[in-house]
Amino acid sequence: MLKLQNVHTHYGKIEALKGVSLEVKEGEIVSLIGANGAGKSTLLMTVCGDPRASSGKILFEGNDITQANTPDIMRSGLAIVPEGRRVFAGLTVLENLHMGGFFTNKQEFESTLEHVFKLFPRLRERQSQRSGTMSGGEQQMLAIGRALMTKPRMIFLDEPSLGLAPIIINQIFEIIEQLRDEGMTVFLVEQNANQALRLADRGYVLENGEVVLQDTGDNLLVNEDVRKAYLGG
Amino acid sequence: MLETALYFIQQLLNGLTIGSTYALIAIGYTMVYGIIGMINFAHGEIYMIGTYISFIAISGLIPLLGIEYLPLILIITLAVSMFISSTYGWAIERIAYRPVRGGNRLIALISAIGMSIFLQNYVRIAQGSRDIAMPSLIQGGWSFGPPEGFQASLSYMQLFIFIATFITMGGLTLFIARSRMGRACRAVSEDMKMAGLLGINTNRIISLTFVIGAALAAVAGLLLGLYYGVTNPYIGFIAGLKAFTAAVLGGIGSIPGAMLGGLLLGVTESMTSAYFSSEYKDVVSFGLLILILLFRPTGLLGKPEVEKI
Ligand SMILES: Nc1ncnc2c1ncn2[C@@H]1O[C@H](COP(=O)(O)OP(=O)(O)OP(=O)(O)O)[C@@H](O)[C@H]1O
Ligand SMILES: [Mg+2]
Repeated sequence: MLKLQNVHTHYGKIEALKGVSLEVKEGEIVSLIGANGAGKSTLLMTVCGDPRASSGKILFEGNDITQANTPDIMRSGLAIVPEGRRVFAGLTVLENLHMGGFFTNKQEFESTLEHVFKLFPRLRERQSQRSGTMSGGEQQMLAIGRALMTKPRMIFLDEPSLGLAPIIINQIFEIIEQLRDEGMTVFLVEQNANQALRLADRGYVLENGEVVLQDTGDNLLVNEDVRKAYLGG
Repeated sequence: MLETALYFIQQLLNGLTIGSTYALIAIGYTMVYGIIGMINFAHGEIYMIGTYISFIAISGLIPLLGIEYLPLILIITLAVSMFISSTYGWAIERIAYRPVRGGNRLIALISAIGMSIFLQNYVRIAQGSRDIAMPSLIQGGWSFGPPEGFQASLSYMQLFIFIATFITMGGLTLFIARSRMGRACRAVSEDMKMAGLLGINTNRIISLTFVIGAALAAVAGLLLGLYYGVTNPYIGFIAGLKAFTAAVLGGIGSIPGAMLGGLLLGVTESMTSAYFSSEYKDVVSFGLLILILLFRPTGLLGKPEVEKI
């Protein structure tokens, strides 16, 4: 579904991705783990076209999107829950969801909204609350809900568990699993390597802008190097 | 006693008249600032162009069409002027700002000033640099007060300014608060990158803000053109500065702030002229600007500065 071939990304002179190749197949949950500054967010954002890859090739559902611009890419069936959630703080919960469903027609909007409210009943209760006043966990739910409103076939999640209490984290991982069961393809970036790998069909380890390991989630969980570096021994 | 009160009321009415047009222009500054974090220094020129288009429409187009019914004249003039001014607003962004966006802010600023000078001279060459008179379409009014003493008056022209401003601002407020595009404007001004990540073409939203700002400046152009009865290629500069002051006073980036700031500035000016001297009017306005920048840079209704890229 998504394929990266030898992708390089630069921020000015800094090379943040140094020839990354990876693949996510339809219906999979793939996790990407790596230390701070490894280039995980850069990788997701490069697929979204912001920043653009300086070389290499990115294919989404067979189409070359390497040089496409961000809005076009994001309207083609891909959605992202970015690092730090980035909900529109001054807009209400419902308005945020409207922004996600900006391009869907009224009927689609209503049915997708119903789906999102089923996944996150809290959002239904808080529809008219200004989203900037919500708790971190609620904002994360909103960010996921907003992404789902675009009706994507594939979703990127950039550290959805960051800064949340364990109980909320579990809830979010359950939702991710549920989405996969409904046919969504998921690409998950996490520092919480343990949970991310347990959930994942396959995983990649990114170090300094390069993929250093790839395997099934289960194998990575018992991999000696991974255990040392990311699972606390 | 009654006389003093009437005099005060008169100044208040005059101040609100001018203030509401400042507010209309100020909204253009504030919306553009809210979305791309730059001051569109050519915005005052859009207002100036608006006065010229109104003038040309009233004295050229309307007689050509043989229309004599006043409301129709005003509506057609307004529509033509808003449309053409919006096109200018849109083109300014495309030509002068978009190519330099994302670079150094100073470059955008210089580009804006350059655009402002260009537009001023373009109109000067096309229309001449002398004052041209606008026909006074709306005459008459009400006076109240004792027949012997001071009489306060509200002209129909002033009333027209209040009503037109009220409708325009009400419409804008509804648009921003309720409509799909208005919501997108708010989202983009909060987090442009995120809006792009939802598939929204942020360039279009930016263009839309320029178009709206220019359309409102065109409304102010017709109103003030008729009110003062005269225009020239240089009026954009001072009007732009005043409206910019109003926007900063209310809190740049905030639309209600621009409305409030405009009205406050107008009233301050008319009170200064009435109770001190009209020569001090501009000193007080710009003194106010400096005070705000020093002591409350976020303005009356503004939020703390968020760094825009
Ligand atoms: N906008 C930017 N400009 C310049 N350098 C950047 C920019 N964004 C990221 N970088 C650099 O690129 C590298 C990769 O950053 P990235 O944010 O992708 O890491 P990450 O793996 O997501 O880290 P974290 O786990 O902390 O989120 C880092 O060295 C970072 O400093
Ligand atoms: Mg990151």
